[in-house]
Amino acid sequence: MKERVAIIGIGYTQLKPISPEVSFREMIYEAAVKAYNDAGIEPKDVDTFVAISEDYYEGTAIFDEYVPDQIGAVLKPVHTITQDAITALAACVMQIKTGIFKIAVLEGHSKASNIVYPSHIDAFALDPILVRPLGFNPIFLAGLEMQRFLIETGNTEYHTSLVVLKNKRNALKNPIAAYPGEISIDDVLSSNPVSLPLKELDISKKADGAFVIVLAKESIAKKLVDKPVYIEGIGWLQETPNIERRDFVNAIYLQGAANMAYREAGIKNPLEIDFAEIDDTFSYKELQHIEALGIARFGESGIMLEEGYFDFDGAIPINVSGGSLGCGNLHDANSLRGIVEAVLQLRNEAGERQIENAEIGLVASWRGIPTASGGVVILSNRE
Amino acid sequence: MQKVAVLGAGLTKFSRRAKETGKELAFYAAKMALEEAGLEIDDIDAVVCVSAPDAFDGVHMKGEYLSDGCGASKKPFMRSYVGGGSGVFGIINGWYHIASGHFNTCLVVAEEKMSSSMPHPQGIFNAIYDQFLERPLGVNLLWIFSLEMQRYMSVHKIPLETIALVAVKNKKNGLDHPCAQEGIPGNYTVEEIVNSEIMCWPVTRLMVSPVTDGAAAIVLASYDFAKKFGKDVIWIEGVGWCLDTSYWTNRDLYYPRYVEYAARMAYEMAGIKDPKKEIHVVEPYDPFAYKELHHLEGLLLAEKGEAPKLLEKGFWDRDTENGIPSSPSGGLLGVGNPIAAAGLMKVIEIYWQLKGKAGKRQVKREVKRGLAQAWGDLMQVGTVVILGK
Amino acid sequence: MEFKGTPLKDRDIKEKKVFYVDWHVKAHYAWDCGIALSYFFEGLKNGKIYGRRCPKCKRVMVPPRMFCELCFHPTDKWILLKDTGRVNTFSVSYLNWDASRREKPQVPAVIEIDGASEGMGILHLIAHPEKIEWENLEEVLKYIKVGTKVKAVWKDEKEREGKITDIKYFIPIKEGK
Repeated sequence: MKERVAIIGIGYTQLKPISPEVSFREMIYEAAVKAYNDAGIEPKDVDTFVAISEDYYEGTAIFDEYVPDQIGAVLKPVHTITQDAITALAACVMQIKTGIFKIAVLEGHSKASNIVYPSHIDAFALDPILVRPLGFNPIFLAGLEMQRFLIETGNTEYHTSLVVLKNKRNALKNPIAAYPGEISIDDVLSSNPVSLPLKELDISKKADGAFVIVLAKESIAKKLVDKPVYIEGIGWLQETPNIERRDFVNAIYLQGAANMAYREAGIKNPLEIDFAEIDDTFSYKELQHIEALGIARFGESGIMLEEGYFDFDGAIPINVSGGSLGCGNLHDANSLRGIVEAVLQLRNEAGERQIENAEIGLVASWRGIPTASGGVVILSNRE
Repeated sequence: MQKVAVLGAGLTKFSRRAKETGKELAFYAAKMALEEAGLEIDDIDAVVCVSAPDAFDGVHMKGEYLSDGCGASKKPFMRSYVGGGSGVFGIINGWYHIASGHFNTCLVVAEEKMSSSMPHPQGIFNAIYDQFLERPLGVNLLWIFSLEMQRYMSVHKIPLETIALVAVKNKKNGLDHPCAQEGIPGNYTVEEIVNSEIMCWPVTRLMVSPVTDGAAAIVLASYDFAKKFGKDVIWIEGVGWCLDTSYWTNRDLYYPRYVEYAARMAYEMAGIKDPKKEIHVVEPYDPFAYKELHHLEGLLLAEKGEAPKLLEKGFWDRDTENGIPSSPSGGLLGVGNPIAAAGLMKVIEIYWQLKGKAGKRQVKREVKRGLAQAWGDLMQVGTVVILGK
Repeated sequence: MEFKGTPLKDRDIKEKKVFYVDWHVKAHYAWDCGIALSYFFEGLKNGKIYGRRCPKCKRVMVPPRMFCELCFHPTDKWILLKDTGRVNTFSVSYLNWDASRREKPQVPAVIEIDGASEGMGILHLIAHPEKIEWENLEEVLKYIKVGTKVKAVWKDEKEREGKITDIKYFIPIKEGK
C-alpha cells in the first residue's frame, strides 16, 4: 500500500506518582474514550488493536487477557506486543500497510506504583545465569554505561546535569507532567550517589498513566480529521541482550532504528527534523541517544546542549514535554507519551510548549535496563 | 497486499526438561528452519519471537533475553504475546511484516522452557486469573478447563468416553512424530484414558497435555523472494485472530465464539466459502482432549455439538478418506505442549503435510489447503492460519 | 531430518548431575482496586453483592465495572443483587494450585448471581451443605449439577475484610428458598 499511515486521535490521562483512585481498567478507559472522541470514531469502527505490556510490570501472567475491555476491543483482532511503544506502533503501521486493516488503535500504560519491589523486577530481567547471581541492584548497568560513555565521548557530568535541569524545567509547561520543577546543576551533582557516576537526580522517577492513539490509512484519515499527523518513517532494532558484548558508548540500537526510519522518510540529514522526544530514562541517555541519532556528532552533544541547541527556543528542541525526567518514567509507554507530544506539536495544539513552525518531529525510545533495544519514528504534518 | 510464503521449518525435540537453555532451544529450531530454506541469518530482514508467560523461563522481558537465540542481534525484533495462541500468532505477526511490504524475509521463532519454574510450572498459571476476584480463592489452572469442559459436555450431552477418543487418537498419532516427548504418545484405550487419575473432574490425567520444553521456527518470505524457489512453495492464504472479553465468568463457555470470529477472518482472506469442503487437513489446538472438539466446532468444520459424533465415526482420523484429518501430528496430547512452540509445531505439521514431507504421519487423502489454530488467555483468544499450495 | 534437544530426568536435577542456578523473585504487587471493585468490596464487607447497570444495553453486570465493555459506555447504577444463584458450570478438583494432590476434593464453580442479567457469573467455591468438606467425587455429584441453586455462606461480620473471601463458599439449597 502506497498511502501513508496517520495518527488521527490521541487520548491520555494525567501522569502521577500514584493513582490509587482508579484501577488499570478505569485509567485506560479514560484515555480510550478521549482518543475515540478526538478521532471522531467509535470502537466498532476499528479493525485491529495492539496493546503494550509486560507480565512482570503488571503482576499478571498473560496480561494480554485483560487488554480488550477498556479499549472497546472485545471480540476483535487484538494482540499484545511486549516491546517499547515505537515497535508496537510499527506493528500497527505494518498491519494497515497490508491493505487489509484501515483503522488501528494502540494502547500503552503504566501502573508502576503497584510494583512493591521495582528493583527486584528489574533484576529479574537480567541474565539468570551470568549476571543476576552477582546480586547487584540492576541499576549498576546504567552506572557502568554512564561511566564509559562520559570517558569516551568527553561529555561531562555538568552536561548530564544540564539535561535534568532542562527537562524538569520544560515539564513546568506540561500540565500532565508528574515531576516538573526548577532545580540547579548543583542539586543534581550533589544528589545521593546511586551507582556512580549515576546519582539520584540523574534517574527519572516512575509514574502512572495511560495513553491510547488511533491510526488510519491516509485516505481515511483525511476524511475523518482536519489535522492528521503522518508517520513518514519507522525503525526498530535489537542490539544484543548480552551485556558483555554490548557497546557501552554508542546506542547501536538507536543508530540502526534511525537508519531504517530516516531511509523510509527520505531524510538525508538528521538536522532536517524540527524537534524530538528522545528517551531520557537516565540523564546521560539523552546525550547518548542524540549522538546515536546523528543530531550531534560523537562527543558533541554536551557542548551543543550547553550552547542551547536543544532548549525550547533552540535549533532542535529536545524533550519539550519534559521527557521521562520531567513527566515520569512509564516503562514501555514512555515513547507513547513522546508520540502524543509530537502529535500535539505538529497539530499546533501544544499550548505553552508550542514550537514554532513544527513540521517534522522525531520520537526515539529505549526499553530501559537491561536492554539494548529501541525504536525511532518520524512524524510530520506535511500533506 | 504482498503474498507470503513459508520457506523452511525447524523443530527441536520436545522433552519434560531439556538440558538446553531457552536461547539454545531457540537457536536449534531457528538454524534448522534456515537450513531447510537454504538461507543464512544475514538473509533475514526481521525476527519475530513468540513465547508464553515470562514466568516459565524465570526472566522478565523474556523476549529480550531470547532474542539472540532467535537470531535477532542487530535486527528489527518484535515479540508478540497472546498467551497460548502465540504459537500460531507468531506466523501472523511474521505475515504482516512481509505483507506490508516492509520486509522481504522474516524468521519466526517460538520457544518455551517451562521446566525452569519450580516446584511445578502449573503454579505460574495461578497468576493468569484476576488478582482481585479470583486468585484469593486458591485457583489452579485446571479449574478453568474443567469448568469449560463440564459446560461443553453438559450443553451437548457428550459422554466422557467420546471425549477420551481424542486422547486415544492423538496419542496414537504422536507415536509417529520424531520430536514427541518421552512417555507422551502411546496406544491407549478409552478405559485407560477415562480411568486415569482424576485431576479436576471431569478432566483426568491422560486428557491433559504435559509440561514441556521445546522450540520451533519458520522462515517466511515475500513472493518476490520466494519466486527463486520454484513452484513448490507453500503460501499463507489467510490469517485471523480474535480476543474475547476478560470477563470469562460472564460468557457461556460451551462455544468458543472467538475461534469462530478468527476463523471467519481467515476464511474471508483466503476466499473460502465452504470450509468443510475447502479445508483438507486441520491442526486445532488440543491442550485438553475436549478442546480439539470445542475448537473444531468454532472453526466451523462441524456444527455445534456435532464434532464428537463425527469423531466416533472416524471423520477426524488421520487415514480418513472422506473426512478431515485432525491433529495428524499427534497434537499437544501426543507430542507435548511447550505452549508457544506447540502452536507453531502445528503450523509446521500443516506445512509438512502440504509438502508431502510428513513421513509416517502423512494423511491419506489429498491435501491442498490446511488450517492450524491455537487458543490462549482465559478461554479468550483464537488465532488461525490457513496454508495452501 | 534430525531433531536436536537433550532430555533430562528429574533425578539429574535432584542429584546435581547438571549445573543449574536458583532464584526466588520478589514479585509483590499492590494493585489499585479502583472505583468499581472498591465499592463491590465495601458491599461484601457489609454482606451484600452489588452489580452495575449499563444504561444502553441494560445489562446488570457482576463483577461490576464502571464501563460496559460491549457498548463502550459508562455504567450508571449500582444494583443490589441477591446472594443466591445457579450453577452455570462446576468442577471437582483434586489438585492444589501448585499441582500437589488433595485428599479431599474442592468444587470450583461459576455461579450466576440472582438479580444480575442472565449469564452473569462469578467464580467461587461450593461446599457440602452440612459437612463443608466433600468426601469424594461421587458425593459431589449427588448434590451438584449444572443448574443447581446455591446460596452464599458469609464470614462473621467482624471477620469480613472487603475481599472476595468474605463469602466463605456457596452451598446447594432446595428450590423455593
